[in-house]
Amino acid sequence: MALSRTAVPAAPEARTRSHPHRAPRRRRRALSYWPQYLAISPFYLLFAVFGLAPVLFSFYLAFQRWDGIGESEFAGLDNFKYLIKDDVFWLSLRNTLLIWVMSTVPTLALAMVLAVLLNSVKRFKSFYRMAFFIPNITSVVAISIFFGALFATNYGLVNALLEAIGLGKVAWLQSEWGIKVVIAALTVWQWTGYNAIIYLAGLQTISTDLYEQAKVDGANAVQIFFRITLPLMRPIILFTVVISTVGGLQTFTEPKVLVGDSGGAGQSGLTMVFYFFRQAFSNNDYGYGAAIAMVVLLVVALFTILNWALVQRGQDGRTRR
Amino acid sequence: MGGLLLHAVLIGGTILALFPFYWMVVMATNTNADIYQFPPKFTFGSELATNLRNVFDSIDFFGSMLNTIIVAGTTTGLVLFFDSLAAFAFAKFDFPGRKVLFGVLIGTFFLPVGLAVIPGFVIMVELGWVGSLKALIVPAAANAFGIFFLRQYVHNAVPDSVLDAARLDGAGFFRQYYRVVVPMIRPGLAFLGIYTFIASWNDFIWPLVVLVNPDQVTLQVALQQLNTVHNLDYSRVMTGALLSVIPLILMFLLFARNFVSDLAKGAVRE
Repeated sequence: MALSRTAVPAAPEARTRSHPHRAPRRRRRALSYWPQYLAISPFYLLFAVFGLAPVLFSFYLAFQRWDGIGESEFAGLDNFKYLIKDDVFWLSLRNTLLIWVMSTVPTLALAMVLAVLLNSVKRFKSFYRMAFFIPNITSVVAISIFFGALFATNYGLVNALLEAIGLGKVAWLQSEWGIKVVIAALTVWQWTGYNAIIYLAGLQTISTDLYEQAKVDGANAVQIFFRITLPLMRPIILFTVVISTVGGLQTFTEPKVLVGDSGGAGQSGLTMVFYFFRQAFSNNDYGYGAAIAMVVLLVVALFTILNWALVQRGQDGRTRR
Repeated sequence: MGGLLLHAVLIGGTILALFPFYWMVVMATNTNADIYQFPPKFTFGSELATNLRNVFDSIDFFGSMLNTIIVAGTTTGLVLFFDSLAAFAFAKFDFPGRKVLFGVLIGTFFLPVGLAVIPGFVIMVELGWVGSLKALIVPAAANAFGIFFLRQYVHNAVPDSVLDAARLDGAGFFRQYYRVVVPMIRPGLAFLGIYTFIASWNDFIWPLVVLVNPDQVTLQVALQQLNTVHNLDYSRVMTGALLSVIPLILMFLLFARNFVSDLAKGAVRE
């Protein structure tokens, strides 16, 4: 329909005549591609049943009251009204954002430093790359257990070191900021290498001629990094920021393993997804859980768009100058 | 910066990256008393056998590992098959609706399906799959990332001329796929296979929700059970953690020659 409307205006009878011809021909053409449709169908079928349907159902549930067993009843906006006044939800949002910033900023900054170092080294490059990547394939559960022991108040290695240099113990997993620091440290350990390797691949695509030219023009290493390397790396940085945002705003396993279902001291390890999980599966408040999920989705989308816009705007500014 | 200093910094980074594994081994081979003393013991001990027995007494370690191997192995096989078929169709054929369908596929990246665990669980109840490994395998049997990645790979690795030649010989879509495409994209399949296997092995939230029977769980869930019950028994818990990461790291070291650089190249190309 849209096609015929945008086509060159033709006599009415010509247009109507073209239809009965075109439709079967198109259908026949589509039918001749049945193996291709068959080949792509598993993904769409599985996605419809286990991806799209649950998301739509989640949307529906957010407007219901439901304990998961009995009949659900329509609740209108009650779940959302409750959410706005729910201090625990706001706390979980605050925790999530703090943990995300505390993890992502050092991870990406360190990754960039590491990538620049790796890029200028000639020997053992693939060895370093493998070593730095290993943290990323380690399960979050195992490594959360490990960090729990590492930062334990009484027998943890970190406190033993602090005592050895005379600083005294810190109750890492019993304090509001301590929990966040431990989760951030864990994330930095697990993701710095991954991001460094991606940055390294980006650095390797930058032609050495550019660097040579800049050196001839008298630029020093720092100028070269900020004037040439960073701008050219912008799309790759955006990629890593988006990945870190989508992942970081859905932090769940680390606090769940580190501090358990209570969320830790003052619930300071309680992230949004953790809260959602607790409401749905511990309190059987499925409707409210779904409402939280909707808001998490919104927050993730908002921040992803924000990232995009920021990086994009920076790029426009640069090209205009 | 001098070459030596550069390597010193990078070796420092390597030590930080690998230190947890060393420390896990220290804790898994010593008694709790050794770990709890001040200053702590930094060397390997001889208590591994005791600690292993403690782990095997507390959780069904081999049962849960078998479950994990079944889930990760089957999922990987299905993903490789379904994703490569779809990737071939998208990369080399201009069927009606291709652009829209591919756009939908890319769009699914941005749907945080992880948050749909509640209705996902309800669907599993309806299907009667709660507590069964099917609930982990079937939904993961095809994914957008793999199709996207392999489409690029097919596009670059399989020349049209070879496909045309196969077509002239009378090979249809599936014969072309099996005879021409699969052999030519082996490295891409290896990458996606390792990637999928690792992700499936480490998956936690969904197995935690859907494997309601505590005797029938995956390794990650069993590890979490071990940690919940024996939280302060570090040598026991760390032995479990160590056992759960060793197979994956071994596999990675054996097969991952090109894995890391392939991953990075994929990200940069986007």
